[in-house]
Amino acid sequence: MIPAPFTYQRAWSIDEALELVARGGEDAKFLAGGHSLLPLMKLRLAVPEILIDIGRLRELSYIRDDGNHIAVGALTSHHDLATSGLLASALPLLAHAAGQVGDPQVRHRGTIGGSLAHADPASDLPAVILALDATLVARGPSGSREIGAGVFFRGLFESALEPGELLTEICIPRPQPGGWSFQKFTKRAIDWAIVGVAVQGSSVALVNMGQTPLRASAVERALASGAGSADAAAHAAEGLTPSSDLNASSGYREHLARILVSRALEESVSRA
Amino acid sequence: MKVTVTVNGSQVAAEVADRTLLVHFLREQAGLTATNVGCDTSSCGACTVLLDGQSVKSCTVLAAQADGCAVQTVEGLASGPDEMHPVQRAFRAEHALQCGFCTPGMVMATVSLLAENASPTEEEVRSALEGNLCRCTGYHNIVRAVLAAASERRPS
Amino acid sequence: MSILGTRVVRTEDPRLLTVGGTYVDDLRLPELAGAARVAFVRSPVAHALITGIDVSAAREAPGVIAVLTAADLTDLGPPPPDDGSGGSEAAPLPLGGPWAEPLLAVDRVRYVGEAVAIVITDDRYQCEDTAELVSVDYEPLLAVVGADAALAGSMLLFPAAESNVAVTGGAPADGAAFGGCDVVVQRTIVNQRLAPVPLEGRAAAAQWADGRLTVWVSTQNAQISRFVLAGVLGLDPGAIRVVAPDVGGGFGAKVGIDRDALVVAWAAKHVGRAMSWTETRSENLVGMTHGRAQRQVVKIGGTRDGRILAYRLEIVQDAGAYPRMGGFLPFLTRLMAAGPYDIPHVEAASSVVVTNTTPIAAYRGAGRPEATAAIERAVDLFAAEIGMDPAEVRRINLVPPGKFPYSSPCGPVYDSGAYTEALDQVLAGAGYQELRAEQALRRERGDVLQLGIGLASYVEITAADAEGGETARLVVHGDGTATVYTGSSAHGQGHHTAWAMLVEAELGIEMANVTVIHGDTDLIPTGTGTYASRSLQLGGVAVHKAAVDVKEQARLIAADMLEASEADLELDTERGAWQVRGDPASSRTWAEVARHAGDDGLAAAVNYTEGQPTFPFGTHLALVEVDTETGKARLLRHVTVDDAGTVVSPVLAEGQRHGGIAQGVAQALLEEMVYDDAGNPLTSTLVDYAAITAAELPSFELLASETPAANPLGAKGIGEAGTIGAAPATQNAVIDAVSYLGVTHIDMPATPERIWAAISGARESQ
Repeated sequence: MIPAPFTYQRAWSIDEALELVARGGEDAKFLAGGHSLLPLMKLRLAVPEILIDIGRLRELSYIRDDGNHIAVGALTSHHDLATSGLLASALPLLAHAAGQVGDPQVRHRGTIGGSLAHADPASDLPAVILALDATLVARGPSGSREIGAGVFFRGLFESALEPGELLTEICIPRPQPGGWSFQKFTKRAIDWAIVGVAVQGSSVALVNMGQTPLRASAVERALASGAGSADAAAHAAEGLTPSSDLNASSGYREHLARILVSRALEESVSRA
Repeated sequence: MKVTVTVNGSQVAAEVADRTLLVHFLREQAGLTATNVGCDTSSCGACTVLLDGQSVKSCTVLAAQADGCAVQTVEGLASGPDEMHPVQRAFRAEHALQCGFCTPGMVMATVSLLAENASPTEEEVRSALEGNLCRCTGYHNIVRAVLAAASERRPS
Repeated sequence: MSILGTRVVRTEDPRLLTVGGTYVDDLRLPELAGAARVAFVRSPVAHALITGIDVSAAREAPGVIAVLTAADLTDLGPPPPDDGSGGSEAAPLPLGGPWAEPLLAVDRVRYVGEAVAIVITDDRYQCEDTAELVSVDYEPLLAVVGADAALAGSMLLFPAAESNVAVTGGAPADGAAFGGCDVVVQRTIVNQRLAPVPLEGRAAAAQWADGRLTVWVSTQNAQISRFVLAGVLGLDPGAIRVVAPDVGGGFGAKVGIDRDALVVAWAAKHVGRAMSWTETRSENLVGMTHGRAQRQVVKIGGTRDGRILAYRLEIVQDAGAYPRMGGFLPFLTRLMAAGPYDIPHVEAASSVVVTNTTPIAAYRGAGRPEATAAIERAVDLFAAEIGMDPAEVRRINLVPPGKFPYSSPCGPVYDSGAYTEALDQVLAGAGYQELRAEQALRRERGDVLQLGIGLASYVEITAADAEGGETARLVVHGDGTATVYTGSSAHGQGHHTAWAMLVEAELGIEMANVTVIHGDTDLIPTGTGTYASRSLQLGGVAVHKAAVDVKEQARLIAADMLEASEADLELDTERGAWQVRGDPASSRTWAEVARHAGDDGLAAAVNYTEGQPTFPFGTHLALVEVDTETGKARLLRHVTVDDAGTVVSPVLAEGQRHGGIAQGVAQALLEEMVYDDAGNPLTSTLVDYAAITAAELPSFELLASETPAANPLGAKGIGEAGTIGAAPATQNAVIDAVSYLGVTHIDMPATPERIWAAISGARESQ
């Protein structure tokens, strides 16, 4: 299978990328690693007329220690996240979760920015950056702006990025001392998560429990009011309406969320 | 558009449609047919090649994205007709292939794995090959071959 | 020492590992230079009337050579005679009469993926674009999905047939059969629909030139393909050459020539241009035939001390939209229904129904895994009911060593076996008692991760069509090398290695000097090919017999050359030379003998047939760990005896077992082709169809056992054994893990949600 025809354009700088996307308008899409977009294009579920390849913007591939926070360039590959010594010590949740994305080949090509901009609720990293209270930096024609992870994911495959904006950086505060855990439940190792849980300290986020990655607010409230892991985890699916699909019914997803949150909290405590 | 890729050390330049997939560039323009297409969804790994040294699924990379880059396919591994790469040798010694269709991708995934982890455990090997389907071998001998290749490459 | 039985590495591999195989899409032959590309337009709806096809936009697209529909199929051969019957049960042939399947849909489509038109363009990329431009008007009909809907018959797929039931067979229930039983258990179980997923999908290329058609096709049987092509196209077989280049796996789904490949061959002749077709995986998952798809009712009865007295199996076989194999698959299931047990009364009955889904045909085991899965589940249900260890129930009921050959109440005569030994060997090898102790400990502790131990003992039938035989021609050339022309056909099994081993063993010509050729009807006009685990015991024996024949010819010639009596001559197979007994100095090499024989060297041709099939057997033990909170099962160990008689190549035999086990485990835990009620396939990519990966499997523990068959090599088939044993062993293990919670059955695939639901259901009902 092959994508429908399109025009390929390559950006050599952020400014050029913004200029190309402005010129392309609604028909243009950024291409980073391509591992979310190209499969959809091959199945002709996505038919952009212009692809702007931002893969050469090496200046957007970095993991930098900025003191109070860690700055991650949007084009940093999952592989680089997973093998970063800095992340292993400063943000082990992110490093570990990045190592669980797809398979090695996907991790070589796929990027954190591409994954976040795609806004798939079944993806691993969106929930992780939610749990980490990250701030996303987007560049548009009128300059840069910051978007909190909590308001970045708007709906199914829908982010807060405006047309013509490019996600450039993910800025992650150094977490308070505490544990972390990432639980990903799949049928096969290679599958998307049926349900996933990211825990950083007392922050808990869920993969594939709704239209967007979600904070498990009821769990967090319970923890804040002093509940233990098991009691707090009982609230994991509270107020949520996960989908029913080929891989799981909504009832099973709710059950898994409670089990996985419980396990994640226990593991997190054990690491604290 | 014009795409130039260094394939197995030789420059291959061709005018191709913008939507040309790297795997088709390798098969048609470079004339190297070992790299196979086994699915539409980046699931099977039969098309795995090294792009600038890292394993990728060449059905999910545009030829244009590889423009100016170096690609290695299974055809570029052996240093001579009688000098197979240690991974190729191990695959043969351990009967790690049957129909051979997944094999080029499986071998390249293995080369990439061993470059990143010279001494993987069985569990690490199985996990690292999760993106490469084989329908014939049940993976048993593939895993043995990867472990054998790793121990052969390790300086004793 | 003979090379047979030794660990020889494959001769095929250096090429496959360094430059890759040459599969259909890799062919760069002069005949195919500039070949056009073919893409199929397929039905997106499960059941509909076709009210119009508009190809005008497609015909005007760039690079288009032709757009063809059923209306263009005017130059085919005469259709086969309308026998009006339900077809033969014992042969895997499509039904005719009202059930006949068109090459391209005419006025009705019956499954998603059915071919409606083809588009032929200059290049691959144009082809996919153009296929989207063909506009077909469908008037939807109610889709028939699943056995119940088919049997209800409120919507018929073939109105002229007046029923959705295509074939019935077997024995009606004998009311008295279960009369003497203390305990009777009955249960409906599902042997789910699977996709074969060879890594290379279907592919064909064809060229019509000078009144001759050449077809390159990814098939398990070049000669059968030629026979079918000749009939469909109305050509003399001599005007057709079929070549099977490297074939990227088949697993039964590439037996013969696929209908879409027939269309490609026809189009090449019709249009007069060479063309090539390679399907996409999305096409493959709906266009290639599926396997299994049986709903079974098992009823088993016996005494409280573990003796099984009666067993009944009722099958509804979902044939998909067209009964391409007629009643054959459930016929095989019925034939093997009794399994490896000595049960006084066994009966089986089957119905074949049509549904608006992809047609069903052979998939690794083809009817036999379904038989084994049924009785192995039934035996465990019976064991659970009487509270006896399932291993003990098996030992009590397996056909005992002194009873071979054993006449099964279902018809076949099991040739040779050591069934209880295989069971005991596996129990000892796995450490069965220790595993049970560990299981008890975990249960006692109330662990989240519980162990399950599953057993499956089986007997299967290989080379079921032994009387069909296989061909071999062996030539020893004047340079001392040899060529084997085999009617058998490899797609991963390693024939090139095994056949060369047979020649070296008999003649002392080194394997490196033996070339094996298969899959080209110009070179090998007669032959059958590979299916039903028939290769070694028919094709291999044919090669062996050809070698024996050549050897006897050579003896005469060498005697003449050395002016000695034939009786005094011997072949030194270590050196590959003839000599007068005890006089190495007198030696004549194969090259010398072959040259002396004449310009064409020495040659022998054999068409080897057997009067009886063979019956491999074994036992599998699966050890799984079930997470009782999430329901996820993981296979920890898999221990097997698969006795396929004398082993010619342990390396190849083990490879067959490994691959078979993985496919069996995949059926037990992961894989299923799923349709919604409207007949839409929900698992039509490899994202959704959960083909098993390395990460879901352990290494396997294979135990050796060789009980010879009666043929000259002592060999039985090994291609399907692994799958037949592994699926029920793994399924039984999953159920065993949670049986203490009150779970008695979980259908395959035992997905996490199904296991969790079974646990929840059992807990609620307690």
